[in-house]
Amino acid sequence: MTNSEKNRLKDKAFQVFGVFCTFIGLVVLAIFLIDIVIEGIGRIDWDFLTSLPSRRAARAGILTAWAGTLWILVLSALIAFPLGIAAGVYLEEYAKKTKLSNFLEINIANLAGVPSIIYGLLGLELFVRIMNLGGILLAGALTLSLLILPIIIVTTREAIKAVPRTIRDGSFALGASKWQTVWYQVLPASFGGILTGVILALSRAVGEAAPLIVIGALAYVPFVPSSPMDEFTVLPIQIFNWTSRPQAAFLTNAAAAIIILLLITFLLNGIAVYLRHRQQKKIKW
Amino acid sequence: MNIKHSKLEAINLDAYYGDFHALKNINIAMEEKAVTAFIGPSGCGKSTFLRTFNRMNDYIDGFRIEGQILLDGRDIYTNDVRVDELRKEVGMVFQKPNPFPKTIYENVVYGLRIQGIKDKKILQETCEKSLQQAALWNEVKDKLDKSALALSGGQQQRLCIARALAIQPSVILMDEPASALDPISTAKIEDLIYELKKDYTIVIVTHNMQQAGRVSDHTAFFYMGELVEYAKTKTMFTSPKDTRTQNYITGRFG
Amino acid sequence: MRVQEKIIEGLLWLSAAITILITVSIIWVLLSESVLFFSEVSIVRFLTEKEWTPLFAEKKFGIMPLVAGTFLTTVIAIAVALPIGLTIAIYLNEYANARFKTFIKPLLEVLATIPTVVYGFFALTVVTPFLQSFIPGLAGFNALSAGIVMGIMIIPMISSLSEDAISAVPRSLREAAYGMGSTRLQTAFGVMVPAASSGILVSVILAISRAVGETMIVAIAAGQQPRLTLNPLVPIETITTYIVQVSLGDVPHGSLEYRTIFAAGMTLFVFTFLLNNLSFWIKKKYQEKYD
Repeated sequence: MTNSEKNRLKDKAFQVFGVFCTFIGLVVLAIFLIDIVIEGIGRIDWDFLTSLPSRRAARAGILTAWAGTLWILVLSALIAFPLGIAAGVYLEEYAKKTKLSNFLEINIANLAGVPSIIYGLLGLELFVRIMNLGGILLAGALTLSLLILPIIIVTTREAIKAVPRTIRDGSFALGASKWQTVWYQVLPASFGGILTGVILALSRAVGEAAPLIVIGALAYVPFVPSSPMDEFTVLPIQIFNWTSRPQAAFLTNAAAAIIILLLITFLLNGIAVYLRHRQQKKIKW
Repeated sequence: MNIKHSKLEAINLDAYYGDFHALKNINIAMEEKAVTAFIGPSGCGKSTFLRTFNRMNDYIDGFRIEGQILLDGRDIYTNDVRVDELRKEVGMVFQKPNPFPKTIYENVVYGLRIQGIKDKKILQETCEKSLQQAALWNEVKDKLDKSALALSGGQQQRLCIARALAIQPSVILMDEPASALDPISTAKIEDLIYELKKDYTIVIVTHNMQQAGRVSDHTAFFYMGELVEYAKTKTMFTSPKDTRTQNYITGRFG
Repeated sequence: MRVQEKIIEGLLWLSAAITILITVSIIWVLLSESVLFFSEVSIVRFLTEKEWTPLFAEKKFGIMPLVAGTFLTTVIAIAVALPIGLTIAIYLNEYANARFKTFIKPLLEVLATIPTVVYGFFALTVVTPFLQSFIPGLAGFNALSAGIVMGIMIIPMISSLSEDAISAVPRSLREAAYGMGSTRLQTAFGVMVPAASSGILVSVILAISRAVGETMIVAIAAGQQPRLTLNPLVPIETITTYIVQVSLGDVPHGSLEYRTIFAAGMTLFVFTFLLNNLSFWIKKKYQEKYD
């Protein structure tokens, strides 16, 4: 075999390996999803969705868990959405290129890299202990809001950056103030992108268990929370709890709950992808 | 050069981007209800100068001016001048058409909306009047609620002119308004400029010498941040005084 | 009007400034509790003792076993994610066509959107039994399957960041390599990967930082036994798992046990903070190179 034939063979071999690597993760994921569905789908029925937790696996349901997850989703959105967008707008539209704004940027990148469990420790001291809220929904939502804030800020900035300079010029030239330009032009034009980012951030929040465990969310909550001041659990914590038990019946419960959690996660991600797609189609600069 | 009534004036104007001296001691007066063209090679400062008249350079970090810009004899760079008020008086049309990603109607009435005008009748009347002035009404009157981005480039640029007219300015600044357009659209814009100068003072920056010759009454030639020559357009094109002007308009550089 | 504009700008500024407040709060919370911890347990003991048993009667406060557990799962995760992720990046850049790329990239991102508690379940109920079928000594809780699953989760992080880095290499460089008759493979490893090395390094560092801070996978599948070992087959405990373990129990505020989770958190924070800033620093230098 000549040298060049050898090289071509190696090239082909790597190509095959490349395809293998590209799909290995997805194949593993598929195996796992199938395994979960086989194990858990039979457990999902109306009772499972509407029953309170129980010490007996066969009677236990996820009502309080998914209700808690919905609460957390809505509350975190209400807190982090305005705050994140406002911060993103400030950094992109108002901040001058000073040392301070540079520092703000590095700081936000740093926050995005802080492990979620550290946010749990922050929430535990700040909200649970110092503000004396206890392990309630509001404390959990505040903690997760801080966690997803950097993600929302970063995606907001990217969406705003995609709005061409000429649109701002056009608005200013008609006598619009800075805020009018942001409010009437920049935000509407970038809203799809911002919303995509917010939803992706929320889907991250929905899957978090560690920080909520740290602030003291309970696995066993025998009632559906009716206000932000109530104690709560969420699906990931319920799954964690069932997974840590030795009995097989609880693992089946966990698998069933995972199906519900994944449905919520995929739904949120699907909405985000759809919004991004629609935005790209709607506005071509 | 004799100016009958000067609408806009620059007195001993210097402008800087940080350390870069972009405009050097400019003195010029522009006539009311006439078209003044700024010509010169790229980077000569003509666009920078145009943007000082509605203070569009204010947002650029490190930009500052010395000297005075007068509108109807009033300095527009003093502290008591409100930039938004100034820009209602001095409209602007940009190089590339920049319609907002909204409907045609919303584009035209945007300037009124941000002034807080909500009366539907006023908005609709202004919209029709401005589009007619911009010679666009007949083409778009049935699709005012359609996206402005669906219009052709030439139509978009006339929409941007209509948008500027809607807030009833007395001056319109045009920054190479036809450079991104095809010849037919360009001709329409030029006709429009000719019509508009009956009511408006127009300052136009252009790369295109023929265009300056066709549309303007006066022409100012800029070179390396200096105002080299300013004269009646006819005079400038037939007998330029400065050799640099001569070289430029005969196409030896630029 | 002007006043209104100023008020709005002030509010926007405040929202941005909150992020600094968050950082300050994190550091303050970790420091203030850690200081109390270290007033009872010396830093020397913390760093040199070989056992971590704060919840037992005979208390030992050596962080090393937790660090070792974290290190072990992280190394396994990177050993899985780096070769696969980098190969994907190269494959997508040099071999795959554009349509395949737009189809496969969002699919790969799905790997990163699965909640980690789900991955933990996967590691415990699927991967461990599977591995046990041919690794006889493998315990029910172990660093190996937790690390492997974490690696799968991190693949898209390495692949997408590395791909960005490789595609940022100027076209001319690639064309020069092809022009000299290189195969795609030779171009990839001879030219593109070296030219994109700092970007790839950034992706790996960020992946390490992510693995170090990962909690639920290891809490579910790696065990809760702090052990100073590099054996991937036995139960261990990571820093993050310890924090979860204590949080699940009834440890009273203000006790020494309560403070241990902040000392552990401080250790974790220092690691990830250093890693993140190292990556920013490399990224900045790297950007200057091509501008």
